[in-house]
Amino acid sequence: MKYAYYPGCSAESTARDQYMSVNEVAKALGIELIEPKGWTCCGSTPGHHTDKLLSIALPAANLLMAKKMGLDMVVFCAACYNRMKVANHEIKNNPEIRKEIAATLGEDYDGSVKIHHFVEVLIKDIGIKKLQDAFTHSLDGLKVASYYGCLLVRPKDVTNFDDPENPILMDSLVTIMGGESVDWPHKVECCGGGFALTRTDIVVELSNSILSMAKTSGAQCVSVACPMCQINLDMRQSDISKAKNKDYQMPVVYISQLVGLCLGISPEKLGMDKCVVSPKAVIESVKVG
Amino acid sequence: MAVVISKVKQKDNLLDAVRTISGIDVRSCLQCKKCSNGCPVNTIAGTRPSEIIRQLQLSMDDKILESDLIWACASCETCFSRCPMKIDMAAVMDALRKIAVQKHDSRQKGNVHLFNKSFLKTVKMFGRTYDLGMIAAYKFGTANYFQDTDKFPMMLKKGKIALLPSFKGDKKFIKKIFARKQVKN
Repeated sequence: MKYAYYPGCSAESTARDQYMSVNEVAKALGIELIEPKGWTCCGSTPGHHTDKLLSIALPAANLLMAKKMGLDMVVFCAACYNRMKVANHEIKNNPEIRKEIAATLGEDYDGSVKIHHFVEVLIKDIGIKKLQDAFTHSLDGLKVASYYGCLLVRPKDVTNFDDPENPILMDSLVTIMGGESVDWPHKVECCGGGFALTRTDIVVELSNSILSMAKTSGAQCVSVACPMCQINLDMRQSDISKAKNKDYQMPVVYISQLVGLCLGISPEKLGMDKCVVSPKAVIESVKVG
Repeated sequence: MAVVISKVKQKDNLLDAVRTISGIDVRSCLQCKKCSNGCPVNTIAGTRPSEIIRQLQLSMDDKILESDLIWACASCETCFSRCPMKIDMAAVMDALRKIAVQKHDSRQKGNVHLFNKSFLKTVKMFGRTYDLGMIAAYKFGTANYFQDTDKFPMMLKKGKIALLPSFKGDKKFIKKIFARKQVKN
């Protein structure tokens, strides 16, 4: 199984743990991830805030690289995933935009490269049976709140990830791993995304509401599939504690780290020492078998 | 909501400007307010998405560009995904931000525009974002040097932020993209 893999800029900085865990899990499951040589930024939120054409040209440049490799694109960061899906959608449905992008890049791109989130690869391409066979460890009833956030599931017609109001892909992974998937209402609420620096007040308010609901629902950890969700929910717990006087001590881990633990990979190799809130309770819950 | 209709010149109509930039026509809005009920920031911003649409329809242009909502909008797309008329409100917000920047007319709390510029500057320079460079440019611009400084030692120790920019990004396309964008603007 071979894919082009777009790590996204945060994989080299604030989300090295995501990068490490995805690579380790892929290696263990025999998934070959090849990074397009010289991949560049997708533009993220500042891209679409600034200019529509810019926000499509930036991801399209990377999709063109994958097209030349003849491979589907795998992404982990929900923001990169969303920007690439939007670029494909616009290029496919709007001939004017396709022409503009071709003129900008100097090459035509037809919007045909298939884009998968790493979670989709695990469940849909590897499959539940093969995953069950590969797991040497179990989460042993660990109560996990699967948090999807915004950009994986919305807009539904563009991302086609899962149900936009009640997605279950990550929950099914948690169940396969022997964890208890927490039924909670904040799966697709917003954490404040890219406002970490500019509007910390919004991030604190929204992340507090998500963490509070996870705690109330009995979760022992929150599992995420996006580096922005991870850093907001994890690192801002100290700010929430100051502003709201609530100390959640809720571990926020990547779903790829949970999968890695169940494949018997060491927490160090999965970058779990980089979590701000200690994930000790998560690591200790993992049992052989 | 109290409705105050002020006179605006027809040629500067925000409704048309939004449609030109985003391709979205908000005149089909039914005011069902599903967008507002799902909006995570409307209470923080003090304005609701459905109000912005109504104000666009009524040409209350000054009021719209003063609204904190256009800068507090996190582009979460809840409004769009629940809209029965399929109005992409997040794209309308992109257009309104762009107009506010062009008109230098916004009373935003955080300087989102400066952040966007700082972010894209590093992309233009290196092909990929460079967090420390972007944070420095943003802090320099806002003169708010002490925000989050307590977190840096921990982030550096954990390797949670890169000290140096990445030099692996191929700038072939980046140069073309930014060159063309400048021409268009």
